[in-house]
Amino acid sequence: MKAEKQYIDIFTLYEDTICRLSAEPLNTPRAKAFADFKHLGFPTRKDEKYKYTDIRSLFEPDYGLNLNRLDIPVNPYEVFKCDVPNMSTALHFIVNDVFYNKVPAASSMHLPQGVIVGSLKETAKENPQIVKPFYAKLANTANDAITAINTMFAQDGLFIYVPDNTIIEKPIQIINILRSDVNFMANRRILIIMGENARAQLLLCDHAMDNVNFLATQVSEIYVGRGATLHLYELEETHTSSVRLANCHVWQEENSNVLLNGITLHNGTTRNTTQVTLNGPHAELGFYGMAIADKNQHVDNNTFVDHAASDCTSNELFKYVLDEHATGAFAGLALVRPGAQHTHSQQTNRNLCATREARMWTQPQLEIYADDVKCSHGATVGQLDENALFYMRTRGISEREARLLLMFAFVNEVIDHIRMDALKDRLHLLVEKRFRGELNKCQGCAICK
Amino acid sequence: MQSPNQYKNPSTNKGLESSNDFVRKIAEGKYKYGFTTNIHTDIIKQGLSEATIRLISEKKQEPDWLLEFRLKAYRHWLTMDMPTWAHLNIPNIDYQAISYYAAPQKKKAPSSLEEVDPELIKTFNKLGIPLEEQMSLSGMAVDAVMDSISVKTTYKEHLIEKGIIFCSFNEAVQEHPDLVKKYLGSVVSYRDNFFAALNSAVFSDGSFVYIPKGVRCPMELSTYFRINAQGTGQFERTLIVADDESYVSYLEGCTAPMRDENQLHAAIVEIIVHDYAEVKYSTVQNWYPGDIEGKGGVYNFVTKRGNCLGKSSKLSWTQVETGSAITWKYPSCILTGDDASAEFYSVAVTNNHQQADTGTKMIHLGRNTKSTIISKGISAGHSQNAYRGLVRVAPNAEGARNYSQCDSLLLGSQCGAHTFPYMDIHNETAIVEHEATTSKINEDQIFYCNQRGISTEDAIGLIVNGYAKEVLNKLPMEFAVEAQKLLSISLEGSIG
Amino acid sequence: MLEIKDLHANINGKEILKGINLTIRPGEVHAIMGPNGSGKSTLSAVLVGNPAYKVTHGSITFYGKDLLQLSPEDRSHEGIFLSFQYPVEIPGVSMVNFMRTAVNEHRKYKGQPPLSASEFLKLMREKRAIVELDNKLANRFVNEGFSGGEKKRNEIFQMAMLEPRLSILDETDSGLDIDALRIVAEGVNKLKTPETSTIVITHYQRLLDYIKPDIVHVLYKGQIVRTAGPELALELERKGYDWIKEEVGE
Repeated sequence: MKAEKQYIDIFTLYEDTICRLSAEPLNTPRAKAFADFKHLGFPTRKDEKYKYTDIRSLFEPDYGLNLNRLDIPVNPYEVFKCDVPNMSTALHFIVNDVFYNKVPAASSMHLPQGVIVGSLKETAKENPQIVKPFYAKLANTANDAITAINTMFAQDGLFIYVPDNTIIEKPIQIINILRSDVNFMANRRILIIMGENARAQLLLCDHAMDNVNFLATQVSEIYVGRGATLHLYELEETHTSSVRLANCHVWQEENSNVLLNGITLHNGTTRNTTQVTLNGPHAELGFYGMAIADKNQHVDNNTFVDHAASDCTSNELFKYVLDEHATGAFAGLALVRPGAQHTHSQQTNRNLCATREARMWTQPQLEIYADDVKCSHGATVGQLDENALFYMRTRGISEREARLLLMFAFVNEVIDHIRMDALKDRLHLLVEKRFRGELNKCQGCAICK
Repeated sequence: MQSPNQYKNPSTNKGLESSNDFVRKIAEGKYKYGFTTNIHTDIIKQGLSEATIRLISEKKQEPDWLLEFRLKAYRHWLTMDMPTWAHLNIPNIDYQAISYYAAPQKKKAPSSLEEVDPELIKTFNKLGIPLEEQMSLSGMAVDAVMDSISVKTTYKEHLIEKGIIFCSFNEAVQEHPDLVKKYLGSVVSYRDNFFAALNSAVFSDGSFVYIPKGVRCPMELSTYFRINAQGTGQFERTLIVADDESYVSYLEGCTAPMRDENQLHAAIVEIIVHDYAEVKYSTVQNWYPGDIEGKGGVYNFVTKRGNCLGKSSKLSWTQVETGSAITWKYPSCILTGDDASAEFYSVAVTNNHQQADTGTKMIHLGRNTKSTIISKGISAGHSQNAYRGLVRVAPNAEGARNYSQCDSLLLGSQCGAHTFPYMDIHNETAIVEHEATTSKINEDQIFYCNQRGISTEDAIGLIVNGYAKEVLNKLPMEFAVEAQKLLSISLEGSIG
Repeated sequence: MLEIKDLHANINGKEILKGINLTIRPGEVHAIMGPNGSGKSTLSAVLVGNPAYKVTHGSITFYGKDLLQLSPEDRSHEGIFLSFQYPVEIPGVSMVNFMRTAVNEHRKYKGQPPLSASEFLKLMREKRAIVELDNKLANRFVNEGFSGGEKKRNEIFQMAMLEPRLSILDETDSGLDIDALRIVAEGVNKLKTPETSTIVITHYQRLLDYIKPDIVHVLYKGQIVRTAGPELALELERKGYDWIKEEVGE
């Protein structure tokens, strides 16, 4: 219990500090989260849900926590050159787990009336009535230790509110910067509320600035109201000493439309747990993911699409390219609850392994309790098509180049689902660089310059 | 102008209605084999302890090494818990309330048909088993296992000429101890899982097959299992060894009487396939599934595994699962030899309150090994039907290839169909593909049949049989007919 | 330009070519005919270096270079082009991207700078016209969803783009209707120069009505059993292959 003990001790000692430097809606669920965490402990590979990533060992080392909310000296505009620049977005930063509120007015575009994009802590202080009914409701601390520990320690994060019938034309870009001089743990929180018929596009990028070990937990709760549309892109570009543990809960009402696209371009150890509940009829979900991993990188995506209402559609596609000693895991469950008739659910997971040492686990699952449905899943692990390679070589394309072309083609299927052209173009370029080995570390990091 | 939601095609509606009607009717379908046999049975007292195991071993006059094997298994079993990972709702089982040995009473082993209890022969005749040699001209050698004891093996002499051993497990222990000792537990260790440990401790009989080098077994070998006595469990064990370049096709059929309480069946099948040998193992499982309310029925917790040990060895599992209240069964293959290949073809039908969690494991260890998985699940009534399968490619299994296809068909809105495949790939040259679909029975197809004058019930029968054809075609002729009949009994309860 | 000497080759240990001798000079058109399974397609596969086939004996030189020592891509760079009988589909790789990569690798081999995007698109437009290839096809993924005729036209389009010195047309006529056959054959003829040579592998005379061969060979059981002028193809069309089989002692 050593891993658990240090967090139990810290929380017991600093609970007052944590609460004092946060806001009441965030403080309310801490006690229950703490009790749940003590009960659960960290999951190990014996837990079915976490069998491909040993969570406990990730929490064992000592990490610094910024519970006192000290100002970590950073000027994101100076040290940071994001790989997705000039997207003409409303740009915001989260440094570790603190919302960076020194954004010059110029970069914060004019948002429609009533829209809030800002610090979760500040909003919770100023408008607790908006935050409280939604905070820590989808993310249940009783059955997940990562959610529990995040709920215990989280003091701030991102809050987005888009009122009914409000459309934000330009994408909002949030950059998560991990910045520390010592090994560091960040506990970030994201709460997004989309009103009825609201529309928004959001890009979240992860970057690590310093050559220390980072552990970042992130719990996102996303409510998408009737007829609302949300496109959420998450792009991870950190370094090999970073750990990302992200739990994301999406709640979709009738006729809503959500696009999730998660791309792991460069990382250390990543575990993304995503749960989407289709709670109203005719809701649509497009759910795409991609990972490119080499060295000893590890990417684990655990997805759960819950068809709780009739006439909903979900399309899920995840692709992995594993090279060197990388390990990848994909577990995807599609659940069709009783009465969720006319469900269309499709899930595909395709993987390329380039070496003997690379290892892939894949576990698609269908659990179906309604009869008038069309559900399918497919999974493959394999290599590039030898016939295609040969055909290209007879046209004078070198074997290396032919392989690269086929690998782009393989992952482009995921990138092509991006509906933000600037990001799509940028990703084509980044992926090409990544495959050519020119993106060994995050380009934006101070240490790579 | 009507909105699309309001518009309903009356003919489709009728099809739906009558198909619901049909589903209701099949839910009331009767179990055909639910008679009990009135014969004297030697049952030992209920309960499980080392003393029980010593008693079983003593009754069977077993050698010490086998008793030791049982006791080791029992002690290990005591340290284990019932597995809970399956998508099953298993009531608590009181292992002390089961009798672990029930043998049809007799003075000595029968050597000819006349000496077998006539009631027993009647039972097997009712089952349609060609026990009598005149009747088994269809070319099938039968070993019949009643409760836990092998009562009769037909055609034995004919097989002996070829050097083939096909006898009860007990007989094999007495007459071929070296073979049994060499292979027993070599594929399914007593430590393997809870039910395997239990079986290893208390197994009472079963079948033993040995095909010598270069011999093609000229006929289908077959075992019929029947649980008869009340309050007993059946724990048989099958061991099949195919030596180099040999071939055998083995069939297994199962039935049980209708009883209100649940009966436990925890069997082990071990198969060893040597160089260039081939084994086909077919099962038609029709244990009593319980009544329409889900009362009674057999708990079928079976460990079946083959090791394709030799180069280019081949193992094929085919199963048609229509019975049992609960099925927990994963006939598996370890592909050890280079160029070995394995197949798993399965049709699992669940109705009423039946639960099935079944599938396979393909463990690729050798180079250029190939496996194919075709699974067809059909759920009706309030049943739950799950496919669970693992494909693992070890680091040295170069050129491994797997193709899996799992389809589920749902009849009615109260049932569930689930697919849980696991893939663990540790070799970059592997090509592993999995596909699964779940759908309801196609109403257009039913309507098309209706239009051609075929009733909805018949249409569903036709469609289901067509859907399962790929698997049924893998069964030997004699069995395919029975399997089709069984599908009819399970799903076309109202017909005939 | 091309010299094949006593070539033996097998696939999966089964010997298909059993001593092929063939010389082709610049500007010549050779037809290779023969019944099914005689080794025609194997010969084309070996010429472009398909790794599934093993050369066990013999040599192939192309403009003095030992072809067997070259990778498939370098054979292409040297100017050998195969129009495949069954062109493979490559989902996700666009024709434009595919061809630009190929053309620029050819240029790199010759020490030329890569073409700019606009130069390349201009070249595509010019060459597309030769085989009347629809612009829409050029924007699709390589061969994906193409009809049989479209695939063959796409092969000739690529030939036009890469300007080979030796083109091998492997059963290019199979599966083509008469109009498609004419377009493809005219495309091949337009691309012909006095320096470039062609090997036409075919079963029937009809393609040879459009692409006139100088020399006709009959391949049978892995060997060239007869070589003559264009009249041989007509004779085969009239009499079938049986008399050849009889003559070689069947």
